[in-house]
Amino acid sequence: MYEIDPSRTDLTEEFRNNPEGPHSPELQLIVNRLRIMPLAERHVLVCTKPGREWVLAKIPATRGAKMEIFEDHRFSDYNEAVWEVFKRRWKTVTGHDLT
Amino acid sequence: MKRVLGYSDVWSVVPGAKIRFKVSTYGPERYRADLVRVISGADELERGVFREEEIDAPFNGEHSGRLQPIHAGSYAIVPTSSVLDALESFTVQCWVFATTPDKGEQGLISQWRDDPATGFTLLIDDGGSVAMRVGDGTGGLSEISTGSPLAERRWYLVSGSYDASRGEMSVSQEPAASTLEGLRAASARGAARAFAGAKAPMMFAALPALRPDGKLGSQCHFNGKIDRPRLSASVLSAAEVSAAATRETPHDQNPQVVAAWDFSRDIGTDAILDVAPNGLHGRTVNLPSRGCKGHNWSGAEQNWRHAPQEYGAIHFHDDDLYDAGWETDFEYVVPTDLRSGIYAARLRADGDESYVNFFVRPPKGTTTAKLAFLASTVTYMAYANLQWTFHERYAEATETFWTTMEKSDVFLQEHEEFGLSTYDTHSDGSGVRFASRLRPVLSLVPTTHCWSLIADTHILGWLENEGIDFDVITDEDLHREGVGLLEPYSAVLTSAHPEYYTTAMLEGLRSYLAGPGRLIYLGGNGFVWRCALSDEFPGAVEVRRAEDGIRYRDEEPGEYYLEFSGEYGGLWRRLGVPPQAVVGVGTIAVGFDASGYYRRKQGSFDPRASFIFEGIGDDEIIGRFGHLGGGASGSEIDAVDPMLGTPTHALVVASSEGHTKNTLIVPDEIGFHHVALDGAQSPLVKADMTFFETPGGGAVFSVGSIAWAASLSHNDYDNNVSRISANVVRRFLEARPFAIPT
Repeated sequence: MYEIDPSRTDLTEEFRNNPEGPHSPELQLIVNRLRIMPLAERHVLVCTKPGREWVLAKIPATRGAKMEIFEDHRFSDYNEAVWEVFKRRWKTVTGHDLT
Repeated sequence: MKRVLGYSDVWSVVPGAKIRFKVSTYGPERYRADLVRVISGADELERGVFREEEIDAPFNGEHSGRLQPIHAGSYAIVPTSSVLDALESFTVQCWVFATTPDKGEQGLISQWRDDPATGFTLLIDDGGSVAMRVGDGTGGLSEISTGSPLAERRWYLVSGSYDASRGEMSVSQEPAASTLEGLRAASARGAARAFAGAKAPMMFAALPALRPDGKLGSQCHFNGKIDRPRLSASVLSAAEVSAAATRETPHDQNPQVVAAWDFSRDIGTDAILDVAPNGLHGRTVNLPSRGCKGHNWSGAEQNWRHAPQEYGAIHFHDDDLYDAGWETDFEYVVPTDLRSGIYAARLRADGDESYVNFFVRPPKGTTTAKLAFLASTVTYMAYANLQWTFHERYAEATETFWTTMEKSDVFLQEHEEFGLSTYDTHSDGSGVRFASRLRPVLSLVPTTHCWSLIADTHILGWLENEGIDFDVITDEDLHREGVGLLEPYSAVLTSAHPEYYTTAMLEGLRSYLAGPGRLIYLGGNGFVWRCALSDEFPGAVEVRRAEDGIRYRDEEPGEYYLEFSGEYGGLWRRLGVPPQAVVGVGTIAVGFDASGYYRRKQGSFDPRASFIFEGIGDDEIIGRFGHLGGGASGSEIDAVDPMLGTPTHALVVASSEGHTKNTLIVPDEIGFHHVALDGAQSPLVKADMTFFETPGGGAVFSVGSIAWAASLSHNDYDNNVSRISANVVRRFLEARPFAIPT
């Protein structure tokens, strides 16, 4: 499995500046890695107002269980919301914070 | 997050018919209902695409709300009888294939009543072992367990007995013979208090539960297969249990066997048949899967009809759901002057909103337009309450997105009793084969993202904008009525994604095209999967994803034959009617990140096709805009393939380009994967806009792209996707016959 090099903040900046892509081949590997991590470890988004508001959330490990909703992490810009997801997953996978 | 939900007893209605709405609230004591005509759906209201029309109806107004629960989980039930009530000493047994033996207590065979504990239960206990429980009718309860957890997905012969003369009970589990594994048999025997018959129905694959309304419900649902359950009115020896387990009619050899259920009988119905003389027949609840491989499946036969003795198992799931069974809250008799279209009872409560959609046909025996829009209600059903996107680990990598759930997704995650789609897996990992509309379908709300019905309303909104009259008819109507439904129309317009077709539907459509009928396929990934409907289970669709294709989930080998129809499931391209032989094009690639656009091809300059491109420049790029990926060619796209039946005289009038590396060729087109399967590299990744005439004076026009519909509204409907579509529809509605070139 692909191992992310946590020192490659040049690639995280690339993502932050263009979250929708297309991404460079190296960044795409990171994006792919963050998209195949176990479901229960992932932060995701919930759209609360179509096209206008998103909130950070986590899907529980078991079906039927309550979603974990991070009410204090609401976003009016989708790309900012995605950046928050990216940062959280980066932290989970690499153990390093992104600012 | 959801405060009000509902569903209706039917989706397709004719004026004069009655439709019944069933509603549940989640907190609010009151809700408001209003009839609306859905003109064009959209999730982002500020884009100006969303349109609906409020219409007077007797039910408009405030209603009292109440919680109506859903009881998911399949099981089988046998009514109580004198034979069951007379039991003193007895043995129950079955073959069992547990798919989640460690999930907690799961009923296998029981005749049980709580408060006080009465009857017997053969079950999987909290430790995953087979156990036997007996109640004495006064609250005294005896239970013994083999104490040996069952291995997951392995067949065992399990049994439990009670000996009244000795006051003893026993339980046993014996793995099916294996030359590789050392799974061990286990059994236990011990003293038991007295047994008192429960004088209650027998239940397979669950334990009984008394609901608050006093009705018999179920709990502790079993995940897995049960094969050849038997009940004997004495304590059988191990040899006698084994003999009863293998014989198809064990009562012929051992008269102590008082019931022998053969689940290979009456497949396709909810009946379970007791082949022993007492006839303790029962029925299944919530559509467990039948036509399933039994403990003795040899692999020599793949069709349950050819070797029923090897297909004696039912696969039960704790999340199966057929009919939510809610009570009716209000009814509506469709007025005779209500125009044909897509309508909804719009429900509002406490800041939340839901839609219960339905489809109004023209009055019976008439048409009110020359054009029919064929709503893909069977496809809507197959996708109903899809949860793959947040259940499947690799969904994000497949669809190249960051999971962004809607409120309805959150609700479904937290309420698994609302059931699954045919894209999902059950809680035990097996594929979901049935999906029903007899429950709230949260994925069909016109204010959700552009997919399924919502994408289709973009076509209807466009027709409305163009001033083109249309009738709405549905897949279920076509399945029932065949070509007679279509024949009165000059032209039929498909949805953006008419993916699932029963044999009857496809025959109806092909018969229509054998005459002067004209078909306009403004979609992609169409006519792909064979599915089945059943008069036994109205409102449900069955899909078995045989062999290959974009399957989202694997299909169990040996179980490729549909239970509803007995037909072989899978892709129509493997079943004699590839989509290319119906509409000229068939699925070639799928990708959800960005869409491409079309460029005219040589065929567009053929005089036969000139009507299509009136007002379009020779070099004009077509559809470089839209709500799905920013282009008219995308999501799921189709191409011509003469080897699969594209008519020899078909004209490819435009093809798409600009596809990304995330748009990949579908598995059914690949013999061996390679590194150039994507839209950035492969010349095969393109949608072919195709036109051909038929011998009966009709014609077919296909765009081969789901995203096409989502481009129609661009620039207030003033764009070249809209223009091409209108050129085709208007010509196809003219009486003047088309002629095949000579």
